[in-house]
Amino acid sequence: MPATTMTMAKALNDGLRRAMEKDPKVLLMGEDIGRLGGVFRITDGLQKDFGEDRVIDAPLAESAIVGTAVGLAIRGYRTVCEIQFDGFVYPAFDQIVSQVAKMHKRSDGVYTMGLVIRLPFQGGIGAIEHHSESPEPYFAQTAGLRVVSCATPNDAYWMIQQSIEHDDPIIFCEPKSRYWEKGEVDLDGPPRGLFDAEVRRAGGDVTVIGYGSSVKTMLRAADTAASEGTSLEVIDARSISPLDLDTMVRSVEKTGRVVVVQESPHTASIGSEIVAELTQRCFYSMRAPGIRVSGYHVPYPPSRIEDDYRPSVDRILDAVDRVMGYDS
Amino acid sequence: MIDEELVQLLTPEGERISNPDYESTLTSDEIFNLYRDMVIIRRLCNESTSLQRQGQLALWAPVQGQEAAQIGAGRALAPKDFSFPSYREHGVAWCRGVPPEDMLRVFRAVTTGGWDPQKYRHSVPTVVLGNQTLHAVGYAMGIQRDGAEEAVLTFFGDGATSQGDVLESFVWAASFNAPVVFFCQNNQWGISTPSSVQSKIPLYHRAHGFGFPGVRVDGNDVLAVYEVTKRALENARVGGGPMLIEAYTYRIGAHTTSDDPTRYRIDAEVEVWKHRDPVERVKSLLVREFKTKKAAFDKVAAEAEALATKLRVDVLAMGRPDPISMFDHVYAAPHPLIDEGRLEMVELGVSGGAD
Repeated sequence: MPATTMTMAKALNDGLRRAMEKDPKVLLMGEDIGRLGGVFRITDGLQKDFGEDRVIDAPLAESAIVGTAVGLAIRGYRTVCEIQFDGFVYPAFDQIVSQVAKMHKRSDGVYTMGLVIRLPFQGGIGAIEHHSESPEPYFAQTAGLRVVSCATPNDAYWMIQQSIEHDDPIIFCEPKSRYWEKGEVDLDGPPRGLFDAEVRRAGGDVTVIGYGSSVKTMLRAADTAASEGTSLEVIDARSISPLDLDTMVRSVEKTGRVVVVQESPHTASIGSEIVAELTQRCFYSMRAPGIRVSGYHVPYPPSRIEDDYRPSVDRILDAVDRVMGYDS
Repeated sequence: MIDEELVQLLTPEGERISNPDYESTLTSDEIFNLYRDMVIIRRLCNESTSLQRQGQLALWAPVQGQEAAQIGAGRALAPKDFSFPSYREHGVAWCRGVPPEDMLRVFRAVTTGGWDPQKYRHSVPTVVLGNQTLHAVGYAMGIQRDGAEEAVLTFFGDGATSQGDVLESFVWAASFNAPVVFFCQNNQWGISTPSSVQSKIPLYHRAHGFGFPGVRVDGNDVLAVYEVTKRALENARVGGGPMLIEAYTYRIGAHTTSDDPTRYRIDAEVEVWKHRDPVERVKSLLVREFKTKKAAFDKVAAEAEALATKLRVDVLAMGRPDPISMFDHVYAAPHPLIDEGRLEMVELGVSGGAD
């Protein structure tokens, strides 16, 4: 398998480049994405190579970034919108929920909303307010949208291309704290299905499910648990909406226990949905109630104390102990 | 009369008036056709109000008083142009060829759209104020990238000019020199909110602050609206950039059939505007200048009557949709939650035999 090692940021850059080479209708639009290459340099060099008409430095207005992408979609273009940070997506919320999500339906299938909204999300970078949020549950609630998240450079490379090619609008959540971590990217593929979960580590005692930056934390927790004699099966959900419940059910039918990890608060969260579905589908296999390890029900805290907000290895292991305790 | 900067080619009495920047290019037949459009859309609008009063529509947004603004703008569009309406542009939809019964599907509450927007090059109704102006600018940016000689016309009201999306669309259109014309029908009222609350300056003055021209046209003068819009679109098609047209007009009727304007505005104001009626104005011109015969007007009235009758028949024939249709076109690609919902509905026996 011809593979190369690169950071997630470079993998996204290469994925965007490849998508733009394949389809001249693919455009990028966002704040500071051209000359600067984006505040995270995800679009570094793309404006130089594809021109200002295809890599559009947008005025600073998120609703317009998304709203004009709707018009471009009606005209047959596939726009990848970059929202600079998670906490800045809310000015575009109206366009995303009222227009992007509903235009295909409203036009009886005539309009195809093949656009991608890239959202650097989750915390862990020591930022100030509005730069560390997890807004994905808002979008998962909205029919007409799909929400995915990459956790590795390989997924970043392939999932961004798959999202751009997809005919439905996709909220593409990028764990910004993992942008600079390296991993192997298989440039030949074929990639895993965009909406399929992936078992990142096989285990038999507890199924641990998460996405984005939580995947690495879960794997570290699995290492520690293994040294203590507990075997965790780690699942990267990859697709947040729709969820690949079949993969999760197969795992929980084996382990009988589930812990879900997420940075958003747990009320009406992705984790709530996963636990509810698994309880319904695997009730007779379950040996303990599903537990969510989440952010607290507080505004994202000042980053000096964010490590006590974000799910940590210790909090995951504590949840593992709790689900293991029910039948011991 | 209202404003010396107002572009007007016909007085309220239907007499031609000269303007330093615009002159009417229309022949007598073309003017008569504009009259016909206005009579028809007014009649269809009245029929729709009746249908709502009789419980056949969930809601209706009347267009009365704004016929000249909508027909003048609608007829200024070239077939290849694209238009983005709000929810009251029935006159524009008529000009684009949208069948009248399709305009009423939303108000019959059997759909959230109603027509094929690509077929008529007229987008779907947009109820959230101002959202469509950004779609129009995006579409116009697509035209630029295609190197096409086309333009976009987008509609909104005086109330929507307070929305962030409209102001953002002005910024974008200016920054990218997009081939888009903003058509604001200032009908003086956003439900009960007077336009004086939306803006302390004439709305068309706003354009200058964004870096493109704005013009106020007598929205009850179909000849002026047509010429102003036509030139703005021509200019946009060849790279001249955006323009804001404020069509100064009046909503004679209620905001919608759910509204009661007697609670917030006085009869005298309405009476003043009734004297500026857009349809009578053109009729006066046709009689005076072109000696149009009564028979010709009668023929139009009969045609409008027949269309209204047909509209009623078509609307009454619109039954309750099969509930399972709610799952259609939510996504372009298969989706497990759609499959799950459909299956549940079939198992409940809701679909198929409904109604």
